[in-house]
Amino acid sequence: MQLDHLPLNRMAVIRTIHWDDLPDQEGHRLRSLGFEPGVAIEALHKGILMWRDPLAVRVGRMTVALRTNVAAAIDCELSA
Amino acid sequence: MTEMPPLVALVGNPNAGKSALFNALTGARQKIANYPGVTVERKSGRATFADGRPVEMIDLPGAYSLSPDSLDEAVTRDVVLGNLQGHRRPDALVIVLDAGNLDNHLRFALELIAQGLPTVVALNMIDLAERDGLQLDSQKLARALGVPVIETVAVRRRGLEPLMIQLEEALHNPSPAIEPVAISIGAQNQRARDIARSVIINETAGRQWTRRLDAVLLHPVGGVVILLALLFLMFQAVYGWSEAPIGWIESGFALLSDGIKNAMPDGLLRSFLTDGVIAGVGSVIVFLPQILILFLFILLLEASGYMTRAAFVMDRLMAAVGLSGHSFIPLLSSFACAIPGIMATRTIMDQKERLATILISPLMTCSARLPVYTVIIGAFIPASNIGPGIGLQGLVLFGLYIAGILGAMLAASAIQRFVTQSRTSSFLIEMPRYQWPRVSDIALNLWQRAWVFLRRAGTIIFAATIILWALLSFPKAPEGSNISQVEYSVAGRIADGLEPIVRPIGFNHDIALALIPAMAAREVAVSALATVYAIDAADDDAAATSLGPKLAADWSLATALAFLAWFVFAPQCISTIAVTRRETNGWKWPIFMVTYLFALAYAAAGITYWTARSFGL
Repeated sequence: MQLDHLPLNRMAVIRTIHWDDLPDQEGHRLRSLGFEPGVAIEALHKGILMWRDPLAVRVGRMTVALRTNVAAAIDCELSA
Repeated sequence: MTEMPPLVALVGNPNAGKSALFNALTGARQKIANYPGVTVERKSGRATFADGRPVEMIDLPGAYSLSPDSLDEAVTRDVVLGNLQGHRRPDALVIVLDAGNLDNHLRFALELIAQGLPTVVALNMIDLAERDGLQLDSQKLARALGVPVIETVAVRRRGLEPLMIQLEEALHNPSPAIEPVAISIGAQNQRARDIARSVIINETAGRQWTRRLDAVLLHPVGGVVILLALLFLMFQAVYGWSEAPIGWIESGFALLSDGIKNAMPDGLLRSFLTDGVIAGVGSVIVFLPQILILFLFILLLEASGYMTRAAFVMDRLMAAVGLSGHSFIPLLSSFACAIPGIMATRTIMDQKERLATILISPLMTCSARLPVYTVIIGAFIPASNIGPGIGLQGLVLFGLYIAGILGAMLAASAIQRFVTQSRTSSFLIEMPRYQWPRVSDIALNLWQRAWVFLRRAGTIIFAATIILWALLSFPKAPEGSNISQVEYSVAGRIADGLEPIVRPIGFNHDIALALIPAMAAREVAVSALATVYAIDAADDDAAATSLGPKLAADWSLATALAFLAWFVFAPQCISTIAVTRRETNGWKWPIFMVTYLFALAYAAAGITYWTARSFGL
């Protein structure tokens, strides 16, 4: 399931990240923030009004804001 | 023999509490300068070892890795690697880690330790981690990393002594240089997480303040309302809270001026002191309270962790004009002053977005424009209420702010579309945990801001005022001549040349005159007008009355409105232009900025003037 479609407040794990779909800089920043396959992730909040963009997610122990177009490149799997 | 004290760099992720630790270690003895060749602020200070020997500390910009995504990170890399021309390489590093965020912060720590410099790790904000239900084994972490680890709580000064002891030891007995091993960022992340997992002794569900607060502050509707309310409160405070201190400063300068008038015979020196120095510098220092209140809010928003939430809330709106939430923070700072605003853009990853943000930041109504707005509004707009609690003067002021913001939005769209031709912007940012801002950190920061402003008032504004006073006072109009002193002076003659250009937009001779020194700093326009009228009124009692009534008698309302419209857009202030040149590495962008802003200002003033005239004002 793509990160931007992940239901809020449900534990999940990053399965794959489609690095090729991301601009170099954003891929690099994602990596330095700790986004890697296998890392626990949870969608926390969605952006304002009708846009529901950007997203706030918890990755590891950190809260990160990212836009849905970047989130779409991150495949997740809900934990049981 | 004098030996240079060792240089120690504090380095770590943003939001690890690095600056708080730096403040705790160095106290108020800090120096703010720039790194050679870049405008990234270099904060340095002195700390002492137990035996009293000094050590020089620098607070490096927060970074996520040694392969930089932003200008700030590039400086951190260059200093750590010893690649920054004209800057010595640190003798040791203090890596500041957020204890509650080891999974994500350890990777950068591993990368730094691999550089082989003597290193001590400060496991900071350990109290917050414990509050969140984390128990860590710092000794196990030290063994895993191969460097000493000290638990610290910078804001409570906990762990500072052991940190300095370990640092001294590390400087004396450097560990054998390790060959930096190039491992992939993915492998580093993996290792970081393994270490993090192994040092966590116990983890209980703690109080999740941040999450609960975010549920409110990032609420799709509520979050927007709260942000708007906060901004409204901020601007209300800037005016409401500053009234009294402004009054004190004004009466202080009035007393000083009267004292000099009583103590000295009338003459050139007295005119220089009262009409030049006091009228000019005084009319600017009066705005210190407003500037400090604005900075206070911005510092509080930053220190509490709310600023990135504001960026989150604003991101989608900023995206509509080709920017992102990243631009919101520098633009908000630009309401205080465009210079820190422009400097804050270096955290923006996307270089096109960064450029666009720099180019529009002078459109945010900076505090230097307040003196101009306040004086003109006070003189021309009646202090009547148009509704319960809504004053006409306040509304006009609000309108000027809005005009600046709308102008900036339009300019941003146009610039991103036609100039930088950027198709996308991006928003990717860590949102730190909320914490109570610490009074002494805020106070120190505020003091540094006030000092920068006063230094500016004492140098640029002082010099501009004196030059203007001299230009206005010489040559002396012949005795009994019917030409006024101002018309006869050098400045008056320069203004004669400028007047035909600004006449079509409703500006008179005095305004043409004030525009010249206002290039030094916008607020000088007010002191310039004050000086002009003080000199012209030298022989009568009118000099004692304030500037407002004189303007009201001399200018038409249409002219006053045009003058306000001009200042919404005009790129005045040489410092802003200079910073833009440095930040963009050349004259191309500052020239572009000055040109488009002057064009906008001229058009806006002209349209305002002729519209007002057609209404018979």
